[in-house]
Amino acid sequence: MDYTLLFVQVLNGLQLGLLLFLVASGLTLVFGILDFVNLAHGSIYMFGAFIGASLTLLLGNFLLAVVIAVPLTGVLGYGIERLLARNLYDKDHLDHVLGSFGLILVLDTAAHMIWGPAGISVPLPAWLDGQVELFAGAVIPTYRLLIIAVGLAVAGGLLWLVNYTKLGMLIRAGASNRTMVSALGIDIQTLFALVFALGAMLAGLAGMLIAPITTASIGMGGQIIITTFVVIIIGGIGSMKGAFIGAIIIGLIDTLGRSFLDQLFELFMSESAAETAAPAVSAMMIYILMAAVLAVRPQGLFPPKVR
Amino acid sequence: MKKLLSAALAATMFTGLAQAAEVKIGYVTTLSTGGAVVGNDVKKGVELAIEHLGGKMGDLDINLIWGDDGFKPETGKQATDKLVKQDNVDFVAGYVWSNVLLASRKSALDAGKFLIGSNAGPGPIAGKLCHKNFFSTSWQNDQATMAMGEVLNQKGVKSIYIIAPNYAAGKGMVAGVKRTFKGDVLGTDMTTWPTQLDFSAELAKAKASGADALWVFYPGKAGGAFMKQYQQAGLKDSMPLYTSFTVDALSLPKFQAAGFNDVLGTQFALQWGPSMDNPQNKRFVADFRAKHDAFPSFYAAQAYDSMFLMDSAVSAVNGDLTNMDGMRDAMMANTYASVRGDYSYGNNHFPIQAYYLREVVVGEDGNWTTKIVQTISEGQADPYAKDCKM
Repeated sequence: MDYTLLFVQVLNGLQLGLLLFLVASGLTLVFGILDFVNLAHGSIYMFGAFIGASLTLLLGNFLLAVVIAVPLTGVLGYGIERLLARNLYDKDHLDHVLGSFGLILVLDTAAHMIWGPAGISVPLPAWLDGQVELFAGAVIPTYRLLIIAVGLAVAGGLLWLVNYTKLGMLIRAGASNRTMVSALGIDIQTLFALVFALGAMLAGLAGMLIAPITTASIGMGGQIIITTFVVIIIGGIGSMKGAFIGAIIIGLIDTLGRSFLDQLFELFMSESAAETAAPAVSAMMIYILMAAVLAVRPQGLFPPKVR
Repeated sequence: MKKLLSAALAATMFTGLAQAAEVKIGYVTTLSTGGAVVGNDVKKGVELAIEHLGGKMGDLDINLIWGDDGFKPETGKQATDKLVKQDNVDFVAGYVWSNVLLASRKSALDAGKFLIGSNAGPGPIAGKLCHKNFFSTSWQNDQATMAMGEVLNQKGVKSIYIIAPNYAAGKGMVAGVKRTFKGDVLGTDMTTWPTQLDFSAELAKAKASGADALWVFYPGKAGGAFMKQYQQAGLKDSMPLYTSFTVDALSLPKFQAAGFNDVLGTQFALQWGPSMDNPQNKRFVADFRAKHDAFPSFYAAQAYDSMFLMDSAVSAVNGDLTNMDGMRDAMMANTYASVRGDYSYGNNHFPIQAYYLREVVVGEDGNWTTKIVQTISEGQADPYAKDCKM
């Protein structure tokens, strides 16, 4: 076995997992704490990518564009909360699904009208566009290391925010008993709007980070939202820790499956059959894992304590 | 009462006549999702062809109805069914994606319509599933990549690594390269289509394989994503990249805007290029650029050709659309002026045509485009033609 390749692939899997975590953390906050099913979370991710991409081309500086674009997606999230989500909190989950599905159509069409179907390629500054040789043979693009670093930093910040700050305490309290928190004089509506905006900023950041790799394009939200739901179902809905571990597991399974499954299959089938079967099976593996988790622990691996 | 009746009768006769004086074409392409980048260029090609044809094929007015495949085989089939059953078109044409064409072919052909493929060319339709009413104005999937395999041989490449999407066209393209490439294939990765756009795992495997060169096929937006990640992985010096249908006139302006200089010098094999010197192509490229301020892609060129192929059929039978045999013979004879120059049809109604090596260069006006650097091969039937019993 080629351990250098294995090491590089584990890093690749970690990078994918952390990116998924950025999207999943926002979704799990909104789903777990606001009890709102937001299918349009992926569309916010797409908007983040497009806003970041446009600003990068406008300003000529990727990092500056991200710094400006993240609050913009927060504003977008705040607007969605005020105009749509707030009216649906008291309703059934099915209404949430219908409402946010409608929002997907609106946002996707809006993106199509604003930016066209072509998508935008995002140029990176030269110092991010190169590669780093970690040790002999283990070369990884600098930018992917940056994603890993940003992902870990955001994960640490979120865990601190939710577990050790007053805002985090209010968020957790609001999740377990909404009426009691507002009876104690806390403005729960503003609190929920802030959580929604935070979730949108996280999704937007993920979109901005992926855009230099896969380009900002219509439909990118629909692809990630399904995987994101798998992540939070495996991790336990509403759990930040669950979202983190679930995302890393999914990232590693997906990447390692793509890397080594075909070699495994070649042990007992022809080369050409393995070439076609391996990608199909590796695309299925995360769903198989989800089914297994649902069968054994329907509440997910790390369900929040208070629910 | 009698007057009213005769007036009504006259009205129906009149509409009957009006219908007979037009040729109905159902054109299926991708008009929504990210795949619409390609579909929009197809649309531009078709619309320019209608302009150049003066809105008429022979004496008949062109009535063109668009169908959107939504980048999905099942949606494409539904669009085809609607065009055949509800609109009762005379020709069904278009189809960018092989999996969409495979899903839709039966709907069009079983209804006795002509089916003109303007891009997709999956192996089965060239072989066992070939049909007298199907014609292609593009290529059979394996052909262009077989030419690419020859290029790799000529350049003395000893070993390659292959990355391509896991769907009908991807499999055909890979089979084509493997058929003609004489060196070793050190690995083949087939990726989930069309959702997978992150190729980190595959690029790491390709690098670890130590192959001389990398060959990929990623049409549409996936091509842009792949080219960027190839650049980010820093493989340009150790593992040169050869592509098929990955870099096109649609992605080049985006690459230029984002400053991906690694794309300059990339080479690929195709039957057509905007720089080809024939009157039909010069007119097509000049008017396309004047209208859209961009170079046409091969998708647009093949779509443009498809309209002229249908025009040659309709003109040959003087607008008698019931004369299917006459129209088929006319298309088979291939007398229309194609933007790629002359080509002929094989027994399976796929083109037998020359292939050229194109290279990405900076054009005279500063825009990135391609130029033809050499002729690779002068026309061969595709490998599936022998399975076609026509």
